[in-house]
Amino acid sequence: MELTTVWFALIAGLWIGYFCLEGFDFGVGMLLPVLARDDRERRVMINTIGPVWDGNEVWLLVAGGATFAAFPEWYATLFSGFYLPLLLILVALIVRGLSFEYRHKRDEAEWKARWDLAIIFGSIVPSLLWGVAFANIVAGVPIDADKEFTGNLLTLLNPFGLLGGIVMLTLFATHGAMFIALKTDGEIRHRARALAVRVGAVAAVLAVVFLVWTQARTGSLASAVAFAAAALLLLGGLVAAQAGREGWAFAGTFLTIGLAVAGLFLALFPDVMPSTTDAAFSLTTTNAASTAYTLKVMTWVAVFFTPIVLGYQAWTYWVFRKRISVHHIPTAKLAEVSR
Amino acid sequence: MEVLDIARWQFGIITVYHFLFVPLTIGLTAVIAGLETAWLRTGKEDYLRLTKFFAKLFLINFAIGVVTGIVQEFQFGMNWSDYSRFVGDVFGAPLAIEGLLAFFLESTFLGLWIFGWDKLPRGLHAACMWIVHLGTLASSWFILAANSWMQHPVGYRFNEESGRAELTDFWAVMFNKVQLVTFPHVIFAAYMTAGTFLLGVSAYLYMKRRHQADRPMYHRAIRIGATIALLAGIGVAITGDLQGKVMTEVQPMKMAAAEGLYETSEGCAPFSVLTVGTPDGEHEKFAVTVPCLLSFLGTGSFDGTVQGINPLKEEYAQTYGPADYTPIIPVTYWSFRFMMGLGMFAAAGSALILWLTRRGRTPGARWLGWLGLSLPIATTLASSWGWIFTEMGRQPWVVFGLMRTEDAVSPGVSVFEAATSLIVLTLLYAALFAIEMKLLVTYIKKGADPFEEPPDVRAGDADEDAPLTFAY
Ligand code: HDD
Ligand code: HEM
Ligand code: HEM
Repeated sequence: MELTTVWFALIAGLWIGYFCLEGFDFGVGMLLPVLARDDRERRVMINTIGPVWDGNEVWLLVAGGATFAAFPEWYATLFSGFYLPLLLILVALIVRGLSFEYRHKRDEAEWKARWDLAIIFGSIVPSLLWGVAFANIVAGVPIDADKEFTGNLLTLLNPFGLLGGIVMLTLFATHGAMFIALKTDGEIRHRARALAVRVGAVAAVLAVVFLVWTQARTGSLASAVAFAAAALLLLGGLVAAQAGREGWAFAGTFLTIGLAVAGLFLALFPDVMPSTTDAAFSLTTTNAASTAYTLKVMTWVAVFFTPIVLGYQAWTYWVFRKRISVHHIPTAKLAEVSR
Repeated sequence: MEVLDIARWQFGIITVYHFLFVPLTIGLTAVIAGLETAWLRTGKEDYLRLTKFFAKLFLINFAIGVVTGIVQEFQFGMNWSDYSRFVGDVFGAPLAIEGLLAFFLESTFLGLWIFGWDKLPRGLHAACMWIVHLGTLASSWFILAANSWMQHPVGYRFNEESGRAELTDFWAVMFNKVQLVTFPHVIFAAYMTAGTFLLGVSAYLYMKRRHQADRPMYHRAIRIGATIALLAGIGVAITGDLQGKVMTEVQPMKMAAAEGLYETSEGCAPFSVLTVGTPDGEHEKFAVTVPCLLSFLGTGSFDGTVQGINPLKEEYAQTYGPADYTPIIPVTYWSFRFMMGLGMFAAAGSALILWLTRRGRTPGARWLGWLGLSLPIATTLASSWGWIFTEMGRQPWVVFGLMRTEDAVSPGVSVFEAATSLIVLTLLYAALFAIEMKLLVTYIKKGADPFEEPPDVRAGDADEDAPLTFAY
């Protein structure tokens, strides 16, 4: 296989990892006002993702870095083109990242409420916008002969893009609810499971419409298989949740997201950013790539280090495998705030 | 304003801001890991109390370092897309490797450390913080390798056809001679920052009547911090001197601009500590100078020749075509002096406090607390000025000799977009700064919590139903 194809696959893998992992912590964030009844329950939710959210976010950073290294033209066109949405995503990720750390630093209701808002905003906005961005990447955007994006913000906010955003949002909400059901105990666990099934049903309908639409626009046989598998696994996950099998249910949404994103990349290949202006201007795995030498160096690094990273990330999830419930949350007296 | 100006202001603001938090992160991870290890070795409760106290301050600081780093990763694509196209081959690789090798390590093991008190055996718990520190070193290595390449491009060839720089030798980029002096300089600066932070915060608490009972603990911390700061200060000076030599060799214009030296000085060039004159330094009215020091800094010999701006300008014009190759002289001149001056102030302050607290002496002057607190601020600002010098001194180049900053900016981005981003990020960062400072002050004032034995997982006294030792 060509190294450019390998790197296309690796970058797809990084985005898949990012969406499967950060997907649930976005979901947990956006469900904060829905699932938790009081501050303790909110803290239960936040602590389920506390030790892992930053590691999940690094998948994004590596996806960005790998795109820069392996397909500089793609990195340049994408990030300078999707400028304002990306800026909004950055702002959202900034306030969200800080809120986990700062929220419990003061024991005042107003202080906490503001950071909660930051978590909610910071989880909804990126989910929605990544969905919009990926739908547009797959569908194609206006790109000129200099490989520059020539559209604007409104170009991206077309029906197909918006549907992509809403699908991503609802899938993450489902995924997050499944995660809460898996990682907590007590009332909140049951609430989460019930909610997962309800939101999941909506997500399933929207996702099927979106995936069929994508398939009709640019799909290949491989993407059709991935999409079909994604849809089936989502149904399987919902059935498992209904039956109280939380582990299976979470695995279901995990794989659904993974396969759906994989399908998008399969539909994209061998383009990386198709041009709607003229197919000849499309960025492809070959005309956007670095030289073979860079790709070779990067391949060696990836071959050596990816297994190690996967190993210790998995180990973290193992260390923090225990369910959390309200009685695990130290009271405010014991907590950081006042001693 | 053009997109270029906006993008430059944004890059400067955003990056200098990121680097306000970075040195403390790099240095404190080592300090905290060291304190925890000291607790494990000696069993002295004070070490654990200090570990937890400084970890709390560290985490407040770290959070901002992380979220501002995310912007760094993407702003090359957003504002500098032509730069990204041009150098992606060479520059992207270290950036990607940094993510894979360093960021994963830092974030994962920090999560384990923060939440792992009741989940991991003690030795492993301390090891997690050492691993985080390793991660910060790896992170610095790769990002500095990328930056060093911009100062002195090596291991590449210019492809006429595609108009791009292409990587030909990865190891040459990793072990660029600029990198070999830059990395230790930055890391020593980080240790100096953390040392002065440990010293300063402890000195402040030591002077507070409310924390009287903990005086012996803070006394010890003051001395550890001061020792680290002094040793690191020596490291910074030695490596800085080495950097000066490499810089004079690969970017002679930067050294000339650092001194505002217009004409070549044949032997024994003096170094001016400060100058009063016209803003561009062309005519001086008054100056305090140290004879021959510039020659020594630049060449290692007291009568080495240092090239001046004017001859270099002509030489560059011949090599690279007509244009102005002079950086903004007052900026390079003063940033270089601020860096060294603030660093020397911090070193002197650390030495003074170390002397005053020698052999169990307990000085009582209240100003010591304030002096202590000013030291980490001085070291942090020294780093900022160092970067401003390094980066502004390279102008008009973004990649020395290869690409000009004006050619690097994104052609497709509008003034509206660029300005929105500059305004939004600057305002957001200002607000975050206020919040972070307030939190830091609150938590510093509170001082270290009383000793609390963490559960010993090995001894099986971790209770499944007990509240978490740490929770958000
Ligand atoms: C605590 C911070 C600190 C202190 C006290 C010093 N520096 Fe520094 N310096 C830095 C922090 C720093 C830095 C922020 O880390 C820089 C910016 C880029 C770099 O490589 O390190 C830097 C850059 C930098 C450069 C530019 C390298 C280049 O552009 O290629 C030189 C020549 C020196 N330093 C030399 C010195 C000397 C001679 C010092 C005192 C004796 C000194 N520095 C103290
Ligand atoms: C090691 C990683 C770094 C890389 C890869 C890097 C890269 C760049 C690039 C691409 C530019 C060109 C844009 C411009 O001219 O504005 C630049 C300029 C600049 N950088 Fe860096 N930089 C790094 C570190 C830093 C740090 C840590 C600081 C400050 C703390 C800094 C401060 C600046 C400033 C002030 C400019 C503006 C110079 C000017 O526009 O005149 N840089 N850097
Ligand atoms: C312009 C170039 C730079 C980029 C693209 C960049 C990127 C980043 C990113 C993405 C993060 C967050 C990582 C996370 O989520 O855990 C970060 C944090 C950090 N960066 Fe920077 N950075 C730059 C400049 C620098 C420089 C010059 C240094 C050191 C010499 C440095 C060292 C660190 C450290 C120690 C952290 C904190 C640890 C961490 O967040 O994991 N960075 N940086």
